[in-house]
Amino acid sequence: MIVDTSLVLWGQTLAYTLYALAIMSVIGWFGYRVTKKGTGKEFKPALFYVFVGFLVVAGVSLHLVTHATIPWKPMDLDRSGVTADKTFTINIANHTFALPAEKMVIKKGEIARFNVTSDDLTYGFGLFRADNSMLFQMQVLPGYVNDIVWKFESPGVYSIRSTEYSGPKGANMFVKDAVEVTE
Amino acid sequence: MNLIHTLVNGEQGLFKPATLTPMQKMTLRFVVLGLLWYGVVLIEGMIMRLYLVKPVVSLVPTDQYYGILTAHPLIGIFGSTYSLVLGAFLFLVPFLMKKPLWSIKLANWTCGLVAGGTLVFWLAGFITHYAPMYTLYWPLPADFTQFSVWGGTFFIVGIAIVMAGAAFFVLNIFATIMYTPEGTPKQPAGALISSALGLSGIRNLFRKDKKEHLVSLPVAAIARGTVDMALNTGVILFTGVLILVYMVAAILGYDLKHSAIDALLYKNWFWWGLDLIADGLVLIFVAGTWYLLATLITGKKLFMENIARAALFVELVVSWTVWSHHLMSDQAQPGILKVVSGEMVTAFELITQGLAFFITLVTLWSARPLKMTNPLKFLLGGLLGFALAVPAGIIQADLGLNRILHNTQWIVGPHVHVAVLVGLTMTLYAAVYYLFPVLTNGAKLWSEKLANFHFWCHLLGGIGMGAFMGMAGLQGMLRRTVYFNGEFFPFMLLAALTGALLLLGFAAFFFNIVMSVGINGVIGIFLPSKLKTKDLLPK
Repeated sequence: MIVDTSLVLWGQTLAYTLYALAIMSVIGWFGYRVTKKGTGKEFKPALFYVFVGFLVVAGVSLHLVTHATIPWKPMDLDRSGVTADKTFTINIANHTFALPAEKMVIKKGEIARFNVTSDDLTYGFGLFRADNSMLFQMQVLPGYVNDIVWKFESPGVYSIRSTEYSGPKGANMFVKDAVEVTE
Repeated sequence: MNLIHTLVNGEQGLFKPATLTPMQKMTLRFVVLGLLWYGVVLIEGMIMRLYLVKPVVSLVPTDQYYGILTAHPLIGIFGSTYSLVLGAFLFLVPFLMKKPLWSIKLANWTCGLVAGGTLVFWLAGFITHYAPMYTLYWPLPADFTQFSVWGGTFFIVGIAIVMAGAAFFVLNIFATIMYTPEGTPKQPAGALISSALGLSGIRNLFRKDKKEHLVSLPVAAIARGTVDMALNTGVILFTGVLILVYMVAAILGYDLKHSAIDALLYKNWFWWGLDLIADGLVLIFVAGTWYLLATLITGKKLFMENIARAALFVELVVSWTVWSHHLMSDQAQPGILKVVSGEMVTAFELITQGLAFFITLVTLWSARPLKMTNPLKFLLGGLLGFALAVPAGIIQADLGLNRILHNTQWIVGPHVHVAVLVGLTMTLYAAVYYLFPVLTNGAKLWSEKLANFHFWCHLLGGIGMGAFMGMAGLQGMLRRTVYFNGEFFPFMLLAALTGALLLLGFAAFFFNIVMSVGINGVIGIFLPSKLKTKDLLPK
């Protein structure tokens, strides 16, 4: 199974929705029960420490699980050591993307590196599917070479959009179908 | 006729402003101004919600929209929340320490500066459409090809005025904790501040003969949150001065180089300061307010009080080291900071806020049966808000997930708006409902049904709006971006409908409060008190 951003977001939606429904039910139940007569029993501190342990495990395990299952996470942390099949250099100035070609073409399964620079403001650089869902994004700071490596697992066409607010002019920073992934 | 009489004189004429002490009047001024600014925030929010359903550029030009979007969170945090929180704490610290406030005059100055500064930056944004967002990513605030330099100057000056008010609050709180009131035995200033900051509590951990805490837990929470407020006030003021240098130079005809300031260093610095609010004092103040409300509602001692004190100290350290989760998509940011500060320290917020959640619930549980009063139901709403919003924040503070969540509506929906509207605001409403009879010398709420209506509208509106914004975010909808072709129409329509519930709930609450105290009562709050006393309540 290919773990892509759609699958990860689907999993997150499911997990968070279940959690939200559960915690709303707990508070609703609590609100009802707290108005009823109690048993008079003292609450044991042991339960408190179990709860603390649960929070520690939940907080830490989320990051360990994502590190082990989301492929772009370890790759991003070690991206200087990644050899890209293709490198694209992009510059942004005056709210306009300057692309190396009208269409950046990559083969399925290849790793691409995007080096993006800004001459003036802080921008964003994101790839989006035709249905407006996001493939990935990063920030683009002036004075730095902002790079991201990405393995394209399936064919498709992606548009570029600035994902950071850079003033009212930034709303128009959209390049349709700028990246194509072929078979 | 009867309705108009009540509107003018309040419910049964019970509220008599002439009986209020200067302390009560000062606190009520904060509350009234905070609620008025909250009304502005809601109206602005509703305008933006409708704009995201269908942008009508002929009615609201895009640059005006971004002007509103820039002012909106700042008015929410400074104009509204700061007013409510500062007012409440300037009353509660002396109330809990059983001594007068160090300076009522300074507190009134804080009230005026926060409200006045908010008015200045709101007007500057409204008139000139100065719109660099609250994040002020360098060099956008100094981009005078897009924004008016004069608009920006007044905007930054307005923020600086609010910060001056915040600085006065910090001084007043610490002075109140430490000073000895006239005619009373000398109080141990050093020991009091040590207890308030939690240092004596830490020493207790390593001592066999544990020393008693000199200040109560809510005062300790307020003191520790106030440390963060002092630091963020300094950071925001410094950044404002930096931006003002560029503005004054531009006004004088000089074009200073933007590259003189490193964009990444600036971003780290500014987020460190901003996070002292978002992930610092808000969480600490909220935890302290939960503890206070739980003990006041139940009349019982707080469950695991010593652990709660220690957790507050941990939260203080967390708030100083957590900022990097805002820079997870900044590729130039060192990976070690992203993992340690961004992921791991942020995960600690799940623990500290989870502890506060658990301790509050158990304290309430231990006092069953409780009557479902307005303070209790709003407190439960506040607890639920953070129980929803904190895990949402932990999720987005993961390097893998942040790659596809950063700057989407997910961040600002299930995390920010649910935390602020449901978690924070419902906690504040719980405090307002609890303190209402105390601060008004026994005035009666006009309608319990309207209070109930307020609760349900706010709860369902806040959670609903956050949920639909989150769903749009998971589908790729960015925050701070206007979509002109109806790309996310169904989600935005539902978010607007649920957002309207928030507005409806507030209208019900505001009308209820005005009917309770009367228009004459509201005016009376702003007139000087005739009672010459430093006491909190009339004798």
